[in-house]
Amino acid sequence: MRISRPATLSLRTVALLYLGVLLLLPLGVVFARTFEHGFGVAWGWMTTPAAVSAFWLTLLMAAIAVPLNTIFGVGCALVLVRGKTRGRKILDSLIDLPFVVSPVIVGLALILVYGQSGWFGNWFQQHGIRIIYAPTGMILATIFVSLPFVVREVAPVLMEVGDEQEQAAATLGASPWQTFWRVTLPSIRWGVAYGVVLTTARALGEIGAVLIVSSNVAGSTLTLPLLVYQRDAQIGSQSITGAYAAATELIVLSLVVLVAMSVLGSRRSVAR
Amino acid sequence: MRARRGGLGLGIATLYMSVIVLIPLAAIVAKAFSQGIGTFFDSVTTSEVLTSLAVTLVVSLVVAAIGAVMGTLVAWVLVRDQFPGKRLLGAVIDLPFALPTIVAGLTLIALYGPRSPFGVHLAFTRGAVLVALLFVTLPFVVRAVQPVLIELDKEVEEAAMSLGASNTTTLRRIVLPALRPAIVAGAALAFARAIGEFGALVLIAGKVQIASIIIFADVENDSPQAAASLSVVLLVVALLVLLLIRRVGARGAH
Repeated sequence: MRISRPATLSLRTVALLYLGVLLLLPLGVVFARTFEHGFGVAWGWMTTPAAVSAFWLTLLMAAIAVPLNTIFGVGCALVLVRGKTRGRKILDSLIDLPFVVSPVIVGLALILVYGQSGWFGNWFQQHGIRIIYAPTGMILATIFVSLPFVVREVAPVLMEVGDEQEQAAATLGASPWQTFWRVTLPSIRWGVAYGVVLTTARALGEIGAVLIVSSNVAGSTLTLPLLVYQRDAQIGSQSITGAYAAATELIVLSLVVLVAMSVLGSRRSVAR
Repeated sequence: MRARRGGLGLGIATLYMSVIVLIPLAAIVAKAFSQGIGTFFDSVTTSEVLTSLAVTLVVSLVVAAIGAVMGTLVAWVLVRDQFPGKRLLGAVIDLPFALPTIVAGLTLIALYGPRSPFGVHLAFTRGAVLVALLFVTLPFVVRAVQPVLIELDKEVEEAAMSLGASNTTTLRRIVLPALRPAIVAGAALAFARAIGEFGALVLIAGKVQIASIIIFADVENDSPQAAASLSVVLLVVALLVLLLIRRVGARGAH
């Protein structure tokens, strides 16, 4: 289509305005609110014991959920794309479930399975293992919501690169393990990396699922998103600054993720 | 290599999926029907639940529709237009995926809450819910349409133009039909995300009855059966959307 100069300019303006109002303006306002009483006050809110432990717990959630989902994601993508077993169609259609299940449903489901009157709750209680209202349950929730990203990034790349090189390697006597490390993994690495970044973003920011299975006690089961929620709900005008301060920490984390996304995203499309 | 391992790999993957996803979801269904189908039916037909379902579905449909139009427009500008800062803009699109949803909710309070710098008091209304959902679902349509638009053969468009087709005709007969599967798939994902969204809404929904927030309140008030029943309804809608996406995707691939 040939589009006239004025039309191009007005389309561009509409797109920029939409993105500006929807995305950039809000971030600016949060920064402004965070630092409106000075940098020292904001820093104070960021370094309370509750905030520091929330920061580390948030990173811990991601540090556990991301590797597990990455290993599962790569393996599952291999099974779905390269496997010939019947039944993988069913698995394929179930993978996307966490994308469309509401986070609160995830939290409720975990309570119904591992909670006091849940299916396995008794067993775990007898063995002294606490899952609900403890970090374990929060980790399970985080794994649930961030499960499909790596599979969905890696599967199309696997399909694209084909299996000729893998077959060649096998013909030349490479073991399956060697073939995976030397041939398959290098050719899908940008897809894996992009999936890891998406998984990390989701793991760092999850609230709905985690809120339900957390006891919301500062120092043990409070992540940064939960801290934002808690401080916002507190009565009193000062704690809202604390909420904004915690939000600013999360924004900085997600900007790092975003940079990784755009760098890896362009790498990935070049590699394809 | 994989042909032999296929069975074992499938088994392990299915086991992981079952422990993390399927068994918990089965527990929801079991809980919803634990006191018989009559109780389930009663739980999902209270006026509060029916209102919340209606509001949630209507708002999500509006979000999907606006997202489809604006997402396609943004994708068009990102692919066909050239201007300084375009790469940066392209990266910013993913911001809602990277930003925790609770932060998205908080930003809306900062913008439209009681201390709004623009005097717009949208917080705790349906309008705020709409804006919050537009924010979190922004990338879906853009990211679905963008690659299709890049691949789209410009020669077909040029052929249409040289045969005397106007811009409108070319858009309507050539470009949009090619983009339609991607737009529908993106909008469907946005819809599915919108009906379940919680984080972005919990701070700003106020008294607006949203399904996910009702579920949360039910859990907090220790009535898991009611929560599970509403969850089952949402799950069914989500599954239908997934089916739609698969069918559109299959048609697009052929």
